[in-house]
Amino acid sequence: MTAELTRGQNHPLSETRLEIRVSAGTPVVAGATLGDADGKVADAAWVAHPASPQLPGLEVSRQAAADHRLAVDLDAVPDAVHRVNVLLALPAGVGGPARFGDMAAPFLAVTSLEGAEVASYTITDLDAESAVVALELYRRQGAWKVRAVGQGYAGGLAAMLADQGLPGAAETAKAIDEAVAGGMARAIAPPPSRQSQGEGAVRRAAQTGGNAMDAGLAAVRPDHDPQPAPGDGLAGGPAAQQPPATGGPVSYQHPRRRTSTPPEPAPAAPQAEPGQPARPVAGDASGWTMNERLYNQVWGMFEDLARTTAAYRSAVDFAESRLEQELDRVLSDPRTRVGPAADAARQEARAKQDALVEQARAALDRDLAQLAAESEVVEHALPPAFARWDSPVWQGYQAPLETPMALRLGDLRLPERTNLRIPMLVRLPLERGLWIDSGRSDGTDAGLVDSAELRRLAMDTAVAHAARLLAVYPVGDLTVHVIDPAGSAGAALAPLLQSGALKEPPAAGAQGVTALLAQLTRRVDLVQMAVRSGAVDSLPPDLDVAEQLLIVNDFPHGFDDRAVTQLRYLADEGPAVGVHLMMVADREDSRVYGPVLDPLWRALLRITPVPSDHLADPWVGHAWTYEPSLVPAGSEVLRQVLWQVGQARRAYGL
Amino acid sequence: MTVNLSKGQGISLQKADGGTLTAVRMGLGWQAAPRRGLFGSRTREIDLDASALLFADKQPVDVVFFQKLVSDDGSVRHTGDNRVGGAGQGGDDEAILVDLQRVPVHINEIAFTVNSFTGQTFGEVQNAFCRLVDETTGQELARYTLDGGGQYTAQIMAKVHRSGNGWAMTAIGTPANGRTFQDLVPAVQASL
Repeated sequence: MTAELTRGQNHPLSETRLEIRVSAGTPVVAGATLGDADGKVADAAWVAHPASPQLPGLEVSRQAAADHRLAVDLDAVPDAVHRVNVLLALPAGVGGPARFGDMAAPFLAVTSLEGAEVASYTITDLDAESAVVALELYRRQGAWKVRAVGQGYAGGLAAMLADQGLPGAAETAKAIDEAVAGGMARAIAPPPSRQSQGEGAVRRAAQTGGNAMDAGLAAVRPDHDPQPAPGDGLAGGPAAQQPPATGGPVSYQHPRRRTSTPPEPAPAAPQAEPGQPARPVAGDASGWTMNERLYNQVWGMFEDLARTTAAYRSAVDFAESRLEQELDRVLSDPRTRVGPAADAARQEARAKQDALVEQARAALDRDLAQLAAESEVVEHALPPAFARWDSPVWQGYQAPLETPMALRLGDLRLPERTNLRIPMLVRLPLERGLWIDSGRSDGTDAGLVDSAELRRLAMDTAVAHAARLLAVYPVGDLTVHVIDPAGSAGAALAPLLQSGALKEPPAAGAQGVTALLAQLTRRVDLVQMAVRSGAVDSLPPDLDVAEQLLIVNDFPHGFDDRAVTQLRYLADEGPAVGVHLMMVADREDSRVYGPVLDPLWRALLRITPVPSDHLADPWVGHAWTYEPSLVPAGSEVLRQVLWQVGQARRAYGL
Repeated sequence: MTVNLSKGQGISLQKADGGTLTAVRMGLGWQAAPRRGLFGSRTREIDLDASALLFADKQPVDVVFFQKLVSDDGSVRHTGDNRVGGAGQGGDDEAILVDLQRVPVHINEIAFTVNSFTGQTFGEVQNAFCRLVDETTGQELARYTLDGGGQYTAQIMAKVHRSGNGWAMTAIGTPANGRTFQDLVPAVQASL
């Protein structure tokens, strides 16, 4: 049984050997302080932090990381120690968020060594703070208990340590910041250290980290003076820590929200606080990791928007049909058809309709405001795979160590509120191939674009999606192939080619098409055979076991019947064994094949290079307007990210 | 404090302190059929189904039952089909949750019905009950016992309807016959 703690709540600990897991979404520093019976920290030796990670009974990570595991053995803690404070701080001067309010709510879990959760705590309500005392483990009548503290400090580590009575708090805080800045600088090196991959890996990093960290520190010091802690070390000093107004701070409180409780019983107003809609927090859905929680939250928002809109539309439809019925009734009665009574009846019917529609609109607006506030908070917390291209997380992009659970293909919106956009997330590995429709079909806003322009846009969209896939897969876990029979997509493909993210040049001409399709078909066959016979380790050594993405431009140009058949085979059998299609095609071009190709198009998820309302949600079936996730005009982010991908691939010798 | 309802009796869902209820649960429970000794798997299971019908001005708009567990607007949710029943007098075997604040503005009545999908009449079912629970506190507001059902396979149990700014509940208790809610729509409309 896990106890989900709220701020101030405590919980008994039955074991003394524990692990504390921290998951914060962005890199944070985790540390611990030991306090005496009065809660005072006697000297700097009683602080476990990245520069001095070990204390008796306690070990913390040497690095700032999004996930931490702190090992705690309460039996080994000195008898004089009565409290162990677990603290989190944002690394200063390394370009991350400067305040906890700008990121997802950190989550902590106290677990036994076997991994069973004892208690967990999500630190909500943080705003301008850059350091927080998260949990407190304390002695009470010979046993240990844990308390959710959640006390934040806008003055950062220095203010926090000074508050705990540590002499020389500012110096200690500075030492921590320097160690962290050094660690971060080292972590950018191409083969990233797997510091957050688990307990064993943490140990290894801790053992080997020392020398490299010193080197990193020296390299970084001249231009990267860690943000100095406020001199007096008190909470009053840190005006510098206040974020600039332009820094995009996220306000958890939506300005237009009103309390939903009726204001009438005035004395009840203070108690009405819990009855308000909860302030939205990024990552408050269920899930094992922050990414899973964000994924579930986005899908929850998607469902809520679909359903609340269904309620509104149903009410409006009902109001209209009732109005029609009432008007018919007035007309059908010869005595009331004309004259003032009829006018009055008509007016009354219209008033009834207006009132109902107005009520429905009010309910919709209330829900939309809540979702908009949530969307604003969530959008800022999304990791690269889920984020828009203009999100700042792409600026700090690093090659990931594991495949994310989903990928953002674009945005979805409804006409009721066009500026409320829900990220469209699809699970990875892709369950179906993608078809980027370069044709002029119903439902697209393509009226103003000529067909050559549409083809160009479609190819740009394909490259943006392919680049995102390459970026979010770990280095070498995804190989991209391109079929461009006539070489017409050279300009669009340039970023992929120049960065070295593409292994081989696009296959051109009928021969190139045949060879590439044969190669991929062989791979599907072999992997299928190996999986069926349970002999995955006897695949030939030259086989690329990475996931494969095949981009096909100008279909069916350059395809003979045999190639078309192979393509259909890849679309059907490929996804299960890691071969994915991305067709950039206009269905009209392949009309000569007749209905033979219908199953191919149906097997693919159709998306468009321009906004189009062809996607339906799984709950009520609204038509949603899909807009692809594209790089903003004039932005270099795609090239930068691809350059990083290429660098990482070269570092891995790919 | 539970009110044992009798037919036609109504209760307001206003709370004592003047606030209204925000979420209620309609729970349905019944005792499973007794096991046969030999070939026990051929015990004739009793499958009762709870359904909720949403009405706007007496016109059916939406329905929640075992094949459609959530109303389009998301305000009414069925927790899932139970096809054998429980111990009876225990917890709910099927439940329908209603988030009253989120019910669309034009819906003004929600009727709850019980059908015997496997065809047993209520005379053969032991300890069947339905009850209304305040979902926020877990407190039972009203209970209705489905005994004396006689030769009927369905019952229109109760309706929750708008009253003033809040909601009220009225016990209906009209017996009917039918396998699923579709068979009951005329009877429900008649008793609204």
